Amino acid sequence: MAILEIKGLRKSFGGLAAVAGVDLEVQDGHIDSIIGPNGAGKSTLFNLISGYYPCDGGQVFFKGKDITGLTPQKRVKMGMGRSFQVTNIFPKLTVFENIQATIIYRIGKGINFFSDVRKYAAEEIEEILSMVELIEQADDMAGILSAGDRKRLEMGIVLATAPDLLLLDEPTCGMSPAETSNTIELIKKIAQDKSLTVLFTEHKMDMVFSISSRITVMNFGAIIAAGKPDDIRANEKVQQIYFGENRCSSK
Amino acid sequence: MQEVKKSSASAWLVWLILIPIFLAIPFVLEKGISQYYLYLAIKVMVWALFAMSFNLALGYGGMMSFGHAAFFGIGAYTCSLLLIKTSCPLVLAFAAATFAAAAAGLIIGYLSVRIKGIFFFATITLSFAQLAYILVFKWRSFTFGDDGIQGIPVPEMISTDETYIKYYFFALVITVICIYLLWKTVRSPFGLMLRSLRENPERAVFFGMKVENYRLIAFVISAFFSGVAGVLYAFLETAIAPDILFWSMSGEVILMSVLGGMHVFLGPAIGAAIMVLLNTFITSYTEYWPLCLGITLILIVLFFPGGVAGLIHERYTIWRKKKAT
Amino acid sequence: MDFDASMLFVQFISGLSRAMILFLMASGMTIIFGVMRVINFAHGAFYMIGAYMAFTLSSVLTGPLGFWGALLIAPTIVCAIGGLVEVVLLRRIYEKEHLLQILLTYALIFVINDGIKLSWGGEMKIVTLPEVLTGYVTFSGHPFPIYYFFIITVGVLVAVLLWLLLSKTRFGKLLRASAEHKDMVGLLGYNVGGLFTLVFIMATWLAGLSGAVIAPTVRLSLGMGMDVIIECFIVVIVGGLGNIWGALLAALIAGQIYAFGILILPNFAMAFLFILAALIIIFRPYGLLGRATQA
Repeated sequence: MAILEIKGLRKSFGGLAAVAGVDLEVQDGHIDSIIGPNGAGKSTLFNLISGYYPCDGGQVFFKGKDITGLTPQKRVKMGMGRSFQVTNIFPKLTVFENIQATIIYRIGKGINFFSDVRKYAAEEIEEILSMVELIEQADDMAGILSAGDRKRLEMGIVLATAPDLLLLDEPTCGMSPAETSNTIELIKKIAQDKSLTVLFTEHKMDMVFSISSRITVMNFGAIIAAGKPDDIRANEKVQQIYFGENRCSSK
Repeated sequence: MQEVKKSSASAWLVWLILIPIFLAIPFVLEKGISQYYLYLAIKVMVWALFAMSFNLALGYGGMMSFGHAAFFGIGAYTCSLLLIKTSCPLVLAFAAATFAAAAAGLIIGYLSVRIKGIFFFATITLSFAQLAYILVFKWRSFTFGDDGIQGIPVPEMISTDETYIKYYFFALVITVICIYLLWKTVRSPFGLMLRSLRENPERAVFFGMKVENYRLIAFVISAFFSGVAGVLYAFLETAIAPDILFWSMSGEVILMSVLGGMHVFLGPAIGAAIMVLLNTFITSYTEYWPLCLGITLILIVLFFPGGVAGLIHERYTIWRKKKAT
Repeated sequence: MDFDASMLFVQFISGLSRAMILFLMASGMTIIFGVMRVINFAHGAFYMIGAYMAFTLSSVLTGPLGFWGALLIAPTIVCAIGGLVEVVLLRRIYEKEHLLQILLTYALIFVINDGIKLSWGGEMKIVTLPEVLTGYVTFSGHPFPIYYFFIITVGVLVAVLLWLLLSKTRFGKLLRASAEHKDMVGLLGYNVGGLFTLVFIMATWLAGLSGAVIAPTVRLSLGMGMDVIIECFIVVIVGGLGNIWGALLAALIAGQIYAFGILILPNFAMAFLFILAALIIIFRPYGLLGRATQA
């Protein structure tokens, strides 16, 4: 069954078509990826799926329901969690609080003025922090973490929303090769343990091919190829536009 | 566990020292030095409460309101007008005033949080607060216009006619209760929500938060306590004028928070104390108080955005690190 | 009070002249925000400097030079101060939070207000007009100052020049591009610092000009800056943030609302503007001509 289904999605900025009619399906339980050069429209596509931008046309179905016009908040509630390309955390909260804030909101305790926040949800926070390997740093300010740790913290925040579908926008961007392979293993393991579906965008080829069940290649806002890793590797068009370069967006 | 016990023990110790000091202040100041100093002490208290209420919006909610004088003034005016024009009892007038301030907070807040972006928040709060000022200033038949209200009938129980001591304790109890409630709020789950959306509203949206609602609630709470401060101010001065709603009053409370340190709970209170004393000192020499205010604000923005409390905190952290190594 | 047609026309013209002043102010403010992402709270203070400068210059410069000289020199002095403020103060904190930038311009109001009080004193001032502009035109019995037509002419002239600047020059295209996409200027590799200074000088020149133009029609007082800035905020909100033509449209509407509102509630004409702003915020949050992405 497809947990996420996209039909003819479009979005332009000014005269530029950032996403020009994209169709995509993600099967339940898969780890799928979207690749493509910078400016191919991957991040815009993510922003449309997660409701960050309204789309100009097309439809998004999540768990069989049409969510095209819904607010980001409603999509989160339905079980869609996302990370950002430029890491998006709460820099002046501790690592612990980053996760705690997310959980408190999810369990509906946000409007509670008089109880002490410190004791809330300690167990679940510990579980998530150990999952993303940040338990040692629990009391550090999130802003002073290393780039890789911050990426994993953001993943922890997303996990704390208890998602069924994980949208990860370049989850290893800015990481060293060692960190990268560590993170790949982590994503695999988390997806298995929590039986999550994952869709991510990426630049690093090795990572994409080792982990994905299905790869979609985008360029100029459109899909130019989609299929199993071996098919994509063999695809001439993909080789032409993509394999000459292999870079992480320099942000 | 050990640490928790230790900290609660030291908290008790702090209270053990603080309570006698606060009990002794009025007698020492009024009997020992001069009534004027007790008046100043109460003034510091009122402004501290106002600044801390304001800082719930600024420091914890990340909302730079340029119109908080409106809530302070609406609190003061509602209470004074009720006492003058009706025979309503003090408690009722007090409650009505704070709810009027909260209602104004709801209206201005609703308009301000609707549109994303710092431009709208800043301009809408300033503009609509200035509208409140214009209404109070020009609606002579109802508010006495720019004559203001003189001789507010403060009940005998807390009257400041002969001594400020009675009123000191009244204001102290109310201020302490309000600050305690604010403290509970910032340490509550709601407080954490507020800090997280201050830090990164975008991330908060993408963990599902309806950011506008949380901002609005915080804004209304902030307006409510600002209204309490306004009432305390009216009783202290026993006379008020539309000036207390003027945009420059909002500027003073902003400066108090920023000067004291908006990211530390008691920071704004420190700022209030400094500002009230500085104001008393400077206005006795020159009429150019706003100039000093503006220059101070510029210097803080450029060189010490953390404020006094931020500076102390920073030094303390460095000192502790040095000690550890 | 009789509401005959000529009287309504008189109100219409006075609303139009008010609209032009608002447009001069709001266009500068919206350009500053569009390019620099800073709200210039001190915009009204610059307007006030313009007015007071016009007062001094028109009394110092004698003969036919007087007022006309003031009209040219006052805005130039104001924009020189504006440029100085940008280079010395604002430039230091572009990297920091928006909150601090706003606070800085806000602090400037206090400084400039008291600076004016220090230099010119607190009492009200009156600027005298050259003879050419002092006459009245009469519309079926209602005298109407010629000067208002002069203000309208200035406003139209500036609007046309702005239009030419924005649509026909490279600089203008850059301004529009950066108002729509805030990272655009940096991405295109332009010298952002220089552009910011230029924009700030241009906007404060407009503020100075509106101050100098309005000076002969009002009594100069220390509150005038704040009064105009709030109307200006409303105009920008109603018109749509970052949209200059939205600001023009909103200024025209605001001018008329004020001109006719004053007939209904003489003391509270401003309140109508606030009602308009509230309605726009509730029903059309991004303004008449604004778009959601610009916020």
